[in-house]
Amino acid sequence: MTLEVIARARTPIPLDVAFRVEPGELLALVGHSGSGKTTLLRTIAGLWHPETARVCVGGSTWLDTEAGVDLPAHRRRVGIVFQNYALFPHMTALGNVMAAMDTPDRAEGARLLDLVNLTGLSGRKPAQLSGGQQQRVALARALARRPQALLLDEPFSAVDRATRERLYTEIVALRAHLSMPVVLVTHDVNEAQLLADHMVVIDGGQVLRAGTTAEVMSDPDALRALGIREVAAMLPATVAEHLSDGLSRLEAATGSLYLPMIEAAPGTRLRVRIMAHEVILSRIRPEGLSAQNILQGKVARIVQGTGPGVMVHVAIGDHEILARITRRAADQLDLHPGRTVHAILKSMSVARDHIAPAR
Amino acid sequence: MDWTALILSLQLAGWTVVLLLPVSVLMGRLLAYRSFRAKGLVEALVMLPLVLPPTVFGFYLLVAFGRGSPVGDLWQGLFGHQLVFSFEGLVVASVIFNLPFAIQPAQRGFESIPPEVREAAACCGMSPLISLWKVELPLAWPGLMTAMVLTFAHTLGEFGIVLMVGGSIPGETRTIAIAIYDRVQAFDDRSAGIMSAMLVVISLFTIAATFWLSSRVGRRLS
Repeated sequence: MTLEVIARARTPIPLDVAFRVEPGELLALVGHSGSGKTTLLRTIAGLWHPETARVCVGGSTWLDTEAGVDLPAHRRRVGIVFQNYALFPHMTALGNVMAAMDTPDRAEGARLLDLVNLTGLSGRKPAQLSGGQQQRVALARALARRPQALLLDEPFSAVDRATRERLYTEIVALRAHLSMPVVLVTHDVNEAQLLADHMVVIDGGQVLRAGTTAEVMSDPDALRALGIREVAAMLPATVAEHLSDGLSRLEAATGSLYLPMIEAAPGTRLRVRIMAHEVILSRIRPEGLSAQNILQGKVARIVQGTGPGVMVHVAIGDHEILARITRRAADQLDLHPGRTVHAILKSMSVARDHIAPAR
Repeated sequence: MDWTALILSLQLAGWTVVLLLPVSVLMGRLLAYRSFRAKGLVEALVMLPLVLPPTVFGFYLLVAFGRGSPVGDLWQGLFGHQLVFSFEGLVVASVIFNLPFAIQPAQRGFESIPPEVREAAACCGMSPLISLWKVELPLAWPGLMTAMVLTFAHTLGEFGIVLMVGGSIPGETRTIAIAIYDRVQAFDDRSAGIMSAMLVVISLFTIAATFWLSSRVGRRLS
């Protein structure tokens, strides 16, 4: 069930994009608002019709403007979570979920609501649910369609930060149950990096860069479009222990990492997003420093941007940490590939919503 | 008290509502969802009966449906009697005259449904017809309800057009509004008073019932 999308249009925005998503893979379409990413999602769903387009899922063609194929939205097996959820206000949570089934099945509806952690709320109307709960109903409804492609349109943008963190964790856990291609539209680079396997950066209706999340997130062109302050590395780590002073100790390939208390049991495998601009580099192991995390590694490469900064890739074990420092600092430290450096990171510089469970 | 006239009025209002319900759903949806070049013109045409004097409107209907007109002659050939000055003629006139009362509130009702909710219905696999039944009608219901009640109450009270197109044939075209006029002309103030009061009570009851029902629907939705 590979999803293949080609779309070209002149209006409402110039669009020329092609990408494919493998079964079970989560692809993030990332770009600023107005870049055309939502238009692409609507094209897949059959809610928008570009001048030239092809949408194929697992051998069946939903849209092919050249061949004159255009399945209406209701005949495409697509699950979509809208930005504002678009629940049916006159139906209960369970009613919403069952509305998407070919043959309504209460037991299956209840199972899906359990899956999104809404047990016991099946009788509530959307207006009686919080934003996060509505989002879960929308997700359960999308899954009830037994979709061949799951589409998520900025699904976390309307909930508060704490809810968002929980939803990230749930989505990662849910993915074990999903075998279809998943497309996530977002402008939030953190979200894309935490959740996606592959990324397509869209800028002005064009693909600026496509590839694995790690590839895209270390590409200077993509980063320029996304905003250089968004550059970050993903570091796998395991929760080791929770300390009495409110910190959690994580075990990473780079050694121990001390972060503010993480609500996860010891042994939980996580991915921690470390922002490049938060990392300080030192040639010698510093002492008498308040920062709790000092990770020793070797400079892998230094990427020169157009501005006064450089991106230093520091190899620590099998992983890389990115540090964005000024060219002046890089010269002063005489950094070049192979040099041993210490990457310094404040515990407090890792935001709670920059941590997601490992897949 | 002219019971025949009252029953005739209720029948006329009932038929008008029954015939206008599908029209208001179709037209209300069309005007709410689509934008097309002639939309402004269509909306203006629908609203025309609101501003035209019933006499003007009735005159054109007489011309269009009367003896010698294509529609009138067709009707005569099919049913053996004239369309004008008959109950059926009144129904046709009433349906046309009530278009704004039926379509406007229905249009507002359909407009109140967020476009994403309709899109979500399609993405849930609902065909346009199922989406209409399961999602749009329940959500547009307050608007449709208002449309039907306004049509019903307005038909009960319509006078000018009934007189123009129907005349005052007892049991055929003499509605209660016409009967009241007749009684006043005959200086029978008592009968006119009773019938007027009756019309006030029925109209008030109908409208009050709608408000009550639509507030229940409102509670159901929120």
